[in-house]
Amino acid sequence: MNSPRPFLYIRNLTIRFPGPNGPTEVVRGLDLTVYPGESVALVGESGSGKSVTARALIGLAGTYADVKADVFEINGEDVLQYRERDWRRLRGSKIGFVLQDALVSLDPLRRIGQQLSDAFGERQDLPAKYDRSLDILQSVGIKDPERRLSQYPHQLSGGLRQRALIATAIAQQPSLVIADEPTTALDVTVQRQVLDLLKQRQRAGNTLLIISHDLSVVSQLADQVLVMRNGEVVEQGKTAEVLSGPSHPYTRQLLDAIPTASSRGYRLSPVALEHSDEISLIAPAAAPNVRIALPQKQIDAGRHVLVVDRLQKRYGRSTTGPLAVNNVSFELAAGEALGIVGESGSGKTTVAKMVLGLVDPDAGNVWINGQPWSRMDESQRRPHRAGIQLIAQDSLSSFDPRYNVEKLIGESLDAVGIFGDNRRRRVLEVLDAVRLGPTFLNRHPRELSGGQRQRVAIARAFAPRPQLLVADEPVSALDVSIQAQVLDLLAELQAEFGASLLFISHDLGVVHHLTDKVIVMKAGQVVESGDVEKVFAGPRHSYTQELLAARPSLN
Amino acid sequence: MTFQTSVSRKHRWHVLPLLLNNAGLIASFIFLVLVASVTISPDLLSSYDPIAADPIQAQLPPTYEHWFGTDHLGRDVFSRVLHGARYSLLIGVSAMLIAVVVGSLLGLLSGLARGFVDEIITRFLDVVSAFPDLLLALVLISFTGPGTFNLIFALGVASIPRFARVVRGQTFVVAESGYVEQAKTFGLSRTTLIWRHILPHAIEQVPILATIGLGTAIISAAGLSFLGMGPQPPTPEWGAMLSEGRNYLRNAWWIGVWPGLAITLTVISVSVVGRRWQAAFEGRRLV
Repeated sequence: MNSPRPFLYIRNLTIRFPGPNGPTEVVRGLDLTVYPGESVALVGESGSGKSVTARALIGLAGTYADVKADVFEINGEDVLQYRERDWRRLRGSKIGFVLQDALVSLDPLRRIGQQLSDAFGERQDLPAKYDRSLDILQSVGIKDPERRLSQYPHQLSGGLRQRALIATAIAQQPSLVIADEPTTALDVTVQRQVLDLLKQRQRAGNTLLIISHDLSVVSQLADQVLVMRNGEVVEQGKTAEVLSGPSHPYTRQLLDAIPTASSRGYRLSPVALEHSDEISLIAPAAAPNVRIALPQKQIDAGRHVLVVDRLQKRYGRSTTGPLAVNNVSFELAAGEALGIVGESGSGKTTVAKMVLGLVDPDAGNVWINGQPWSRMDESQRRPHRAGIQLIAQDSLSSFDPRYNVEKLIGESLDAVGIFGDNRRRRVLEVLDAVRLGPTFLNRHPRELSGGQRQRVAIARAFAPRPQLLVADEPVSALDVSIQAQVLDLLAELQAEFGASLLFISHDLGVVHHLTDKVIVMKAGQVVESGDVEKVFAGPRHSYTQELLAARPSLN
Repeated sequence: MTFQTSVSRKHRWHVLPLLLNNAGLIASFIFLVLVASVTISPDLLSSYDPIAADPIQAQLPPTYEHWFGTDHLGRDVFSRVLHGARYSLLIGVSAMLIAVVVGSLLGLLSGLARGFVDEIITRFLDVVSAFPDLLLALVLISFTGPGTFNLIFALGVASIPRFARVVRGQTFVVAESGYVEQAKTFGLSRTTLIWRHILPHAIEQVPILATIGLGTAIISAAGLSFLGMGPQPPTPEWGAMLSEGRNYLRNAWWIGVWPGLAITLTVISVSVVGRRWQAAFEGRRLV
C-alpha cells in the first residue's frame, strides 16, 4: 500500500533544559505524526510543554534546550542533525509560525508591507513581492490591501493585526503553519474572524498545527488533538472522539472547566481545591460526570447596594469627541452578581472606575447604599471605600512589588482599623478561604503563579468584608483550568460573604456561568440588559446576537 | 510557555558574587574601604601632624621616614594625603546629600502636583542644568565667597536637576500604577499612598545615581579647591594640595603627584562601583 508520507514524523521527543538542580524535562516521550492537509492541535495549560514542542519544530526551542528523539523528521528529512543554517532554510518556506501576540510580534517601526516583504525571505525581486503582498493580504481577508501595506501595526485594529501576522507566516506558502495561541486575548468577534480564516485555510487543504489551552477553540479547527500535561501527552486521538468521550480524567477536567450555560450553579473544577496546589488536580475517576453544586446565593432583591444612574464620561478636553460612557444605568441588589459584557473599548472598565470612585463622571451619579457616591468629596468617600473592593485583571501590577502576601492583604484592613493579631488572624482566614496556607504569608508577588496571584487578589478583596466587589476581567489572563478554580472560589466566597458582584468580562461563557444579570455594552452604551439566562437565550439586540454567535462552542 | 525576563528583585543585593567575578571591582571596593577608614581615623596609618610646619625637613624626597616625602613647609605628604581624604570625601558626600534630598523632594512634588507647579519646577531645573555643573558652582561661590560650606552648597545645588528629573519621571509612572490605584480603593489617605507606595519606588535609582555623582562631585570639589574656592590653607584638602604642589613639580614632584593620584584613584573606584551597581540593577552583567 502506498500511503502518503507524513510531513511531520516524530517519535519519543524529549526536550530538556539545564537547571540549578540538574536538567528538567519539559517534554517527555512525545509522538507526533502530521500528514499533509491535516490539522492537529496541541492542548494543555501553561507549562505543559506545548509551546516548547512547537518551537522545537522550527529549531527555536532555545540555545540551552537539549532536544532528543528516536525519530524527528520534517518533510522526510532528519532534522536532528540540523544546524542553524539548515533550520533557516526550513523556516518561512516550509514552516510558517504565527505567534500569540500580534502587537509584540510585529515591529512597530516598520510598515506592514516591509514586514511582509521580510517574510518572503531573500530571494525575490521587489515588484513581484508587491503583487504577492497584495495577494496574500487579500487571502487573509484584508480589504483595501494597498492602503494596509503602507500602514504601521498600531494603525490596524487587533483583528487586522492578527491577520497581518498570519499573512507574514504564510507569505512563502509553507507546507505547515504553526499557530501558537492565535486567538488568546482577542475579543470574541475578532477571535471568530481569525478562527474562520484558519478554518478556511484548513479546508483548502493546508496543514495546520494549532496550540491552545482552550478546547473550544481547538474543536473548531483540528482533526486530531493531543492533550498535554506536565510535558507528557495524556490523550491523543480524533478531535470529535476525544471531545465527546474523553478517556483520560484530565481531558474530562479540561472540558468541564469551560464555563457554559449548562455549568451555571455548578463548580467548574472537579474537587474542592487542595491547599496551595493548583495544577495537579485530577477528577476522581469514580464520578466522572457528576457536577458539584455551588452554594446558594442570598439575594435581597429589595435592597440595592449599587445604583448607577445615567452615567456619562468623555475623556480628554474636547467636548465633541466620542463618549467613553454614554447614559449607562443599572442597579445591583445585595448578594447579586451583575455581568458587564463588551469588547475592548466598549467603556466597561470606565464604568467600573466610576463605580469605584477612581474616575468622576461628567454627568449622572453612582449611588452606594442610597448615598450619592460620585458627588462626594474624596475625604468623605474615604471611610466608605473599604466597602467596595476591586479585583483587577492584572493582579501582578496591582501588587506593590516590595510587599509580601501578608502585607498586601493586610493593607486593605488599614481603613477598617484592624491591626496586630486581629489583622494576622483575618489575613490567615481569607488566605485559607482561597486555599492558600500560612507558608504564603512571606511570598512576594513574583514568586506566585498566575492562579495563586489571582487567589491572593481575591483574598485581599474579601478581607475587609466588602458589600460590593468589582472584578475587572479577573480571569482573562488565565488558562481554562486555572480560570475554573478562580471562578469557583469567587462564586463560593461571594455566596458565603453575601457580597454583591460587578463582574466585567469580554467572555460571554464566563458571564453566563457566574452572573445573575447582564448588561451588554457597545461603544459606551448599553444595548441590552436583563436576566442573564433570558438575554443569552433570546438576545434581542443584533449586537448581542452577533457576540453570541461569534463565541466558539465545543461542537 | 513564557519565560520571565524581568529583573528579579533579589538580584540587586547580590554584591558578593559580583565582587568575586571581577578583579577591577574588588580593587575599587578595597580602595574605597581603605579611603573610608582613613576618613574615620587618619591617625591609624601615620603619626605625623598634617598642619605643623617644619622648615628644616622641607622638600625631602620619599624615604622610609616619610613615605610620600615632605612638602615645601616640611609637612609629611603621606599624612596630609590621609587627612585630606576626610575633606574630599565629606565635601563630595555632603554635596550629594543636599542634591539627593532637595532633588528627590522637588521631583516628587513636581510629579505629584503636575500642571502649574510641575511647569515651574521643571523650568527651574532647566535653567539650573543649562549651566555646566562646574560653571554654576563657580558662579554661586562668587556670590557666597570661598570656603568648605559654600563649596558643598554650590556643588549640591548644581547636582539637583539630575535627581529631580529621575524622581519626577518615576513618580509619574508609579502614580499611574495598578497598585497605587488599588491602594486608593482601600480608602488610604493621600499621604499614606505617597509615603508607602509612591516614594519608595520613585527613589529606587537615587542611591545608584548618587554613587555615580559622588565621583563627579569629588573631582569638581578638588577642581574648585585647586582654584582656591574651597577649604583654605593650611587645610590638607587634595585639590588645594595639588595647587600648592604645582609650583614645585620640577624639583619636588611628590608634593603634587600623591594628592593627584589619591583623587584619581578615589574617583575611578567610586565610578566603577556605581556603574557596576547600576548595571546589576538594570539586569546587565557588564558595563
